[in-house]
Amino acid sequence: MNTQGHVFKYGDNVDTDVIIPARYLNTADANELAKHCMEDIDTSFVGRVKPGDIMVAGWNFGCGSSREHAPLVIKTCGTGCVIAKSFARIFYRNAINIGLPILECQAAAEEIQPGDAVSVNFDTGVITDITTGKTYQAEPFPDFIQNIIQAGGLLASLKEG
Amino acid sequence: MGMTMTQKILAAHAGLESVTAGQLIRAKLDLVLGNDITTPVAINEFTKNGFSEVFDKDKIAIVLDHFVPNKDIKAAQQSKQCREFACRHCVSHFYDVGKMGIEHALLPEQGVVTAGDCVIGADSHTCTYGALGAFSTGVGSTDMAAGMATGTAWFKVPAAIRFELTGKLPPICSGKDVILTIIGMIGVDGALYKSMEFTGDGVACLSMDDRLCICNMAIEAGAKNGIFPVDDVTRRYMEGRCERPPREFTADPDAAYEKTIEIDLSQIVPTVACPHLPENTHPASELGGIKIDQVVIGSCTNGRMEDMETAYRILKGKKIADGVRCIIIPATMQIYRECVQRGYVTAFIDAGAVVSTPTCGPCLGGYMGILAAGERCVATTNRNFVGRMGHVDSEVYLASPATAAASALTGYITAPKED
Repeated sequence: MNTQGHVFKYGDNVDTDVIIPARYLNTADANELAKHCMEDIDTSFVGRVKPGDIMVAGWNFGCGSSREHAPLVIKTCGTGCVIAKSFARIFYRNAINIGLPILECQAAAEEIQPGDAVSVNFDTGVITDITTGKTYQAEPFPDFIQNIIQAGGLLASLKEG
Repeated sequence: MGMTMTQKILAAHAGLESVTAGQLIRAKLDLVLGNDITTPVAINEFTKNGFSEVFDKDKIAIVLDHFVPNKDIKAAQQSKQCREFACRHCVSHFYDVGKMGIEHALLPEQGVVTAGDCVIGADSHTCTYGALGAFSTGVGSTDMAAGMATGTAWFKVPAAIRFELTGKLPPICSGKDVILTIIGMIGVDGALYKSMEFTGDGVACLSMDDRLCICNMAIEAGAKNGIFPVDDVTRRYMEGRCERPPREFTADPDAAYEKTIEIDLSQIVPTVACPHLPENTHPASELGGIKIDQVVIGSCTNGRMEDMETAYRILKGKKIADGVRCIIIPATMQIYRECVQRGYVTAFIDAGAVVSTPTCGPCLGGYMGILAAGERCVATTNRNFVGRMGHVDSEVYLASPATAAASALTGYITAPKED
């Protein structure tokens, strides 16, 4: 499984309130919510993001609320993957549970620049910055989590189990 | 190697003799919680994946608290979906308008959670119940759906940071000043994935409301959970209140902690977290020149009875400063009723404040106190992210009820004074 696209880059502590502001949470409709993804820190994101594009950020991505709407809107916008130095724990769980690929890799998060073309191989965890030619190795997921991802999310994995 | 308090609770719920940090386990749950924002997503996942029965109707709590009484049609649809699901599955802990409260004030108050419990909630501030000596953590809606279906959840056993509390908190300070000080010290990811275990002689001087407030904001340091030992204060609080018999767990003397941080409570001062992160803390006394437009006293962090008592003590017989809107929100109907009965509501209204029935509304920028561009609010809530309470160019300053009430009277951020 792979994704390839261009990079949108953000800083540290990107919180779930800016990923999807609570003022829109009077609906659970992912397509409706996705129209507002990132709008409080990047009003141009929704207009520019293309399927497969990659979000790169610093420490503690997804901190704050437990709203699953946050990884859901990032996924619904077509984002293929989020690479960060670290993820807040509830966001990390939620992303895995709903099948949004996320990777922890400090060097990649540091060096990859906005607009770079990047490809990610989820099986190996190898991140390639096509623009610069550099490659990075992300932390692999434990088998337990790999199984959830391969089953297509937590509930699907429970049914299989 | 011994286990931390959190690890002992997790081991007991996983049916294991012992667990170690980093181990992946599946644990039995004593309670699965959701609210009117997160439960609809959970219901959709539950249904879509073909589950038809909940594991135990008495171990699910659904609390309508974020946007109720409903702020608009869409919010009303979401509440209706929760109500119908709760009815269909005979969910015994379903709290609708009239008996609802802000979930993390309500469930301890109603005795729905108790010491030794293992609880997940589709709300990040579920970590609040650690104050009772429970393991309790926030999750997403899919985890809630899985919890409702199976009565279990997967966890990575957390490592822990120990906070050794000594001394006695000055009377003008409260749990909010303690947790803001700690977050200022360690940062918003200072306890990422970890437990924050509070111990030491200083614990005894902290009331249940202080402890609930401190554990509530453990998530603001990135923690998986915050937890206090069970002592006489906890036992008195739980007596005659809790549905399930409490189970007391204690950390082993040789439990491994990643580090121990000593906090001398006597040195705590009224503290404010400035925009736009809870770690951006300063003594309230150093922020005197900052003019404010609004004050909010309430939320799952600070809408409890002691918080109302503090606000009353400072506001009674006084007037809110011109140009300041002061919004006071008791967190549960029981607290609201008590505020009416004790004459607090009259005093608040006479001071020029408004008093709302319980809601999370303004804390997350939902309704009931939204900020315009350029406006500033001192709030006893828990987050001050960009746009959290309204316009992206508005600002939230997090503070204790004492600091918020004192600021409401002056119109500037103001450190509360001893009586």
